[in-house]
Amino acid sequence: MELLIASAIGVLTAAGIYMVLRQRTFSVIIGTSLLSYAVNVFLFASGRLTVNAPPVLRDGVSVYADPLPQALVLTAIVISFGMTAVVVIMALGSYLSAGDDLVDVPDPHADIPQAPQTLRGEAAE
Amino acid sequence: MNHWIVAPVVLPAMLAAILVLVSRFHISLQRTLSVAGTVVLLGIVAGLFWQASDGTINVYQLGHWQAPFGIVLVADRLSTLMALITAVLAPLVLLYSIGTGWDTRGRHFHPLYQFQLMGIMGAFLTGDVFNLFVFFEVLLIASYGLMVHAGGANRLRAGTQYVLYNLLGSTLFLFALGTIYAQTGTLNMADLAGRVASLDAGDSAGIRVAAVLLLLVFAVKAAVLPLHFWLPASYAEAPAPVAALFAIMTKVGAYGIIRIYTLVFPPDLALTQGLFDTWLMPAALLTLALGMIGVLGSRRIDKLVAFAVIGSMGMLLSAVAVFTPAGIVAALYYAIHSTFATAALFLLVDVLRDRRGVVGAWLNDTVPVAGGPLVAGMFFMAAIAMTGLPPLSGFVGKLLILDAARASALVWWVWGTVLIGSLVAVVGFSRAGSQIFWRSHQIALAQADNAEYEEAEANIADPSPPQPALPMVAIGGLLALLVALTIFAGPVTRNLSATAAQLFEPEPYITAVMSMPGKVIKDDYHVDDHTDDAALETDEGGH
Repeated sequence: MELLIASAIGVLTAAGIYMVLRQRTFSVIIGTSLLSYAVNVFLFASGRLTVNAPPVLRDGVSVYADPLPQALVLTAIVISFGMTAVVVIMALGSYLSAGDDLVDVPDPHADIPQAPQTLRGEAAE
Repeated sequence: MNHWIVAPVVLPAMLAAILVLVSRFHISLQRTLSVAGTVVLLGIVAGLFWQASDGTINVYQLGHWQAPFGIVLVADRLSTLMALITAVLAPLVLLYSIGTGWDTRGRHFHPLYQFQLMGIMGAFLTGDVFNLFVFFEVLLIASYGLMVHAGGANRLRAGTQYVLYNLLGSTLFLFALGTIYAQTGTLNMADLAGRVASLDAGDSAGIRVAAVLLLLVFAVKAAVLPLHFWLPASYAEAPAPVAALFAIMTKVGAYGIIRIYTLVFPPDLALTQGLFDTWLMPAALLTLALGMIGVLGSRRIDKLVAFAVIGSMGMLLSAVAVFTPAGIVAALYYAIHSTFATAALFLLVDVLRDRRGVVGAWLNDTVPVAGGPLVAGMFFMAAIAMTGLPPLSGFVGKLLILDAARASALVWWVWGTVLIGSLVAVVGFSRAGSQIFWRSHQIALAQADNAEYEEAEANIADPSPPQPALPMVAIGGLLALLVALTIFAGPVTRNLSATAAQLFEPEPYITAVMSMPGKVIKDDYHVDDHTDDAALETDEGGH
């Protein structure tokens, strides 16, 4: 089980980092989702892996599953779920208003606005 | 138990909900409630600051559970100081956004603003690292909404970058927390301090990884060099009042570094030896250099100020990285100063962007700015403060940093970078200021021939549309704070020295948190409210 969990975290993280480094927002969002899955499993494992152990304190039990990481994972899942929803909407808005879904911002020096060659007074007339 | 400690978190949260539900369509009601809320918040936080100013550490147990089982909020000198800076900044920035109508350019500005304040206050007050993560997320999710307030293609693009970058930062934070929990079995800061100190030195790989990961997380927030990429675009594209409020957000990262690395991983801890000399100090100095070069190289005034923020964070963290009480005093003084200075500059940039018409933030030739003398004077003052020229507070802060750096092994590097960096920043700001205020003036006069000379001068001197006073009052307030910070530098540094002394003596903090009576789980696993009983069953069995 240790090998399974460890390799799952490793593979998810590696895939997540690869996707995060892509150019288009959709792949990057997939990447952040994969990374958040990896971290959720990692948090779960931080309370040590146990099999068939009760999650709450009980009399006569010496080995139990640590309930705190499970609570932490729940919190982390909720937060990453909400954040992913936000970033999807923002990426969508950025795609619709900018016309492409690239992550980087295009060269800002391409269109430096030029001032009108008139004085304020003339422009007002 | 002092219930006022939780009020800075609860008040903005409740107010935000009320603003969304009740006054969604009544902008004047929203404005009244929001301003009233921030003023009350300032009162409460000032009260907490006053309570903590005699050195007492007030602890609030959420749900009355005893630490480390429950989450605690801790109001010590550092927390209340940072909360006070936020609470002073908030109403001024809010006045600016009301005066310029920024709050009506999109929906839900005021609720998001309150949620943002809730997150910042919570991050400063909490005594639990996982709770710190949660409050980071609260302030981030509100900042995502504020960041894209009023929309626009460029802003949405920059916003998407900002959100993605911070999502990665949050993931890193969770990895750090998981590692810490796996190594120590607790996430309460005071409890962590005790357990990290008693860890076996031979088996310290995990906790050292955790310490570095956590430093990386705070470095993302504080925009330290290899992790600063999110800042220039986001701060330059964010609505001005939001960028001004974000001035405190980078300080959340600095606060995290100061708090965690004095309490949990103190400088004399053998496990994390060399973390600051070897890594943080060079990174801070490179950040400083990069920020100042950015100031010089920017072709837009908003980018210029964003790079000045990076430079000021480098300056602040180079003082933190010395990790002596004098260094912390210098860092905190500089944090107060740079928060108000950057906020004032971002608001001024917005005024300029508005009044320069089509040229906007670009440093191009254009017609003179309406209301020039006042705006120019304010920009001059804010730039002097930001670059650290005498007589304003930036100079005092820089002196403190230079003085504190004498304790560092890299003293000549610090002195060289800070002084040359300041010179570069002065050049950058002078270039921007003379381009905006003087060159445009000359062009306007040269274009008019002699017959029209007087008319042109009258046009410059008397801008046609009357400008609202409220934004100027807000900026003036921020500048007045900088002046006050300079005049009262003596009392302020005395207070900060006491703060630093408290940080370097963590025992009272740990005792205050850990020995405060509260509900515990007893041997028979029933909740017991009679808490005098010392027979405390900890959850060691799981580890």
